[in-house]
Amino acid sequence: MTTHAAGRQPVRGFRAPRLSLKYRAAIEGWLFVSPMLAGFVIFFVGPLVGVALYSLTKWNLLTQQSTFIGLANYADALTKNPDFWLVIRNTAIFAAGLVPLNMALALCLALALARPRFGAVFFRTVFFAPVVTSAVAWAIVWKFLLQGQGGAINELLATIGIAGPNWLREPNWAMAAVIVTRVLKMVGLNMILYIAALQAVPRDYEEAARLEGASSWQIFRMVTWPLLGPTTLVIMVITTIGSFKVFDHIYLMTGGGPENGTLVLAFYIYQQAFKFFDVGYASALAMIMFVMVFILTLLQLFLARRNSK
Amino acid sequence: MTRRTRQAVYRTCWILALSAVAIPFVFPFLWMISSGFKSANEIFGQPNLIPSVWHWENFAEIFRYQPFARQYFNSIYIAIVVTLLVLVFSSLAGYALARIRFAGSALLMLFLLSALMVPEEVTIIPNFFLFKWLGLMDTHVPLIVLPVFGSHGIMATFLMRQYFLALPKEIEEAATMDGLSRFGIWMRIALPMSRPALAAVAIITFLFSWNLFLEPLVFVNSLNLFTLPLALSNFTDPYGLPLWHLQLAATSLAVIPILLVYIIAQRQIIESFAMSGVKG
Repeated sequence: MTTHAAGRQPVRGFRAPRLSLKYRAAIEGWLFVSPMLAGFVIFFVGPLVGVALYSLTKWNLLTQQSTFIGLANYADALTKNPDFWLVIRNTAIFAAGLVPLNMALALCLALALARPRFGAVFFRTVFFAPVVTSAVAWAIVWKFLLQGQGGAINELLATIGIAGPNWLREPNWAMAAVIVTRVLKMVGLNMILYIAALQAVPRDYEEAARLEGASSWQIFRMVTWPLLGPTTLVIMVITTIGSFKVFDHIYLMTGGGPENGTLVLAFYIYQQAFKFFDVGYASALAMIMFVMVFILTLLQLFLARRNSK
Repeated sequence: MTRRTRQAVYRTCWILALSAVAIPFVFPFLWMISSGFKSANEIFGQPNLIPSVWHWENFAEIFRYQPFARQYFNSIYIAIVVTLLVLVFSSLAGYALARIRFAGSALLMLFLLSALMVPEEVTIIPNFFLFKWLGLMDTHVPLIVLPVFGSHGIMATFLMRQYFLALPKEIEEAATMDGLSRFGIWMRIALPMSRPALAAVAIITFLFSWNLFLEPLVFVNSLNLFTLPLALSNFTDPYGLPLWHLQLAATSLAVIPILLVYIIAQRQIIESFAMSGVKG
């Protein structure tokens, strides 16, 4: 401010002092991230804290009362409510069916289509098409195809003399049907990730092995498969987490039925929160889901680090 | 057999095997389209892929049954708004995380990364009360805001960051010498150089918004505000049983434009998903 009186350079005095580069970078950096960060804190971090707090209350939306009850919701889920373990069992079965089936099919398709061959692009496009299709559309069409009476699948089976079951009305068949149709919907994505990984495998390795007299299976087993390790790990975790999150597919195809046979965690949370308005209990379930996904992700990071060593 | 015939036989077998595998991927689309043209009675008769009579009036009926044009428009405009917002915010944040070395950026990265672990199902309950409190229930605001700032937006941010990191630094340094501001560098230099990443983010974001189901289901009640996935699930008779011919005709209308774009731009679209890598 002292230069102000000097007459010749009046502007100088009103300028902010020259910022050090470091200081300036900090302002710029935080300004650039601020729109995303602000929204993220309000609509993501806040709610995450919120759901943790809700899970400690007994809060029924209809009575509009919420009282602090500590960990009683968790105790309820783990020890009292028989539905909870059924839901965990269903979620585990769904994941245990979906993940290996999805990954095996994705790998086979990728092995068939990774090299530029006649028709490879065409078939890649076909297998990926359900990924860009909405899950709602896919579920609607498959529900239609799987109708017990007059559904296309059963009509086709009838022509070769097989009486198909009422797919979506019998618990075990419903689970199988939901898993298989979900695999068909999502397998293209893993196929693409595997293709990308396969194309990164240097051809020299395989050719060297071939010159040594290795069979195709041996080359796959000893050369290709180990090189795919990191990709397989990532795909496995993504697919497992994805299987925990499946909601629209279940909502539209079975509604969790029959006899709760396809009642999985994501759907159960929705049901408890928005159908039965049991907010506290639903929040505890959401926290349990969060922890499950969290552990899986940490496991992936841990395994990835160990692999890279 | 000569070598050439053997190759031809081999190739034919290969195509036949893949075609067999492709049946459950293609058949649902064909069946969906053909059933949309059938009458309510024919739909569960003999399984004919070609309808005996083409009931074009099904498609008119859709628009009488619910405000389908309006719902279609909702889906389009919401997806466009979400895509634009994600493009701007994720490229801004991604640029800062890649290029500006500022205090706290490493911690911020970790903070944002943790978002990729949290499914929407976990945060949707408090968000329900948040939007209720804000008086924004039964509006499109949650359907726009949540995808932008949720794990999808964060994933886009990291995708952009990854791409910015790979760009040559020299051009930006030269621009700084010429007196361009940070913002100017982002807009005039970094963004034009990252078209492939922006395209990838745009494609996966548009589809993400277009296919969103849980959020519309929770936040929207009025028929006029429905988006397509919600509208499609709503073709039922008074007893809640599906009106299959209408539902499938409407589903065809919703799916076919996306499929056509996909077929034309399949390479670009598939690459976009491969780039994002973390979706599933």
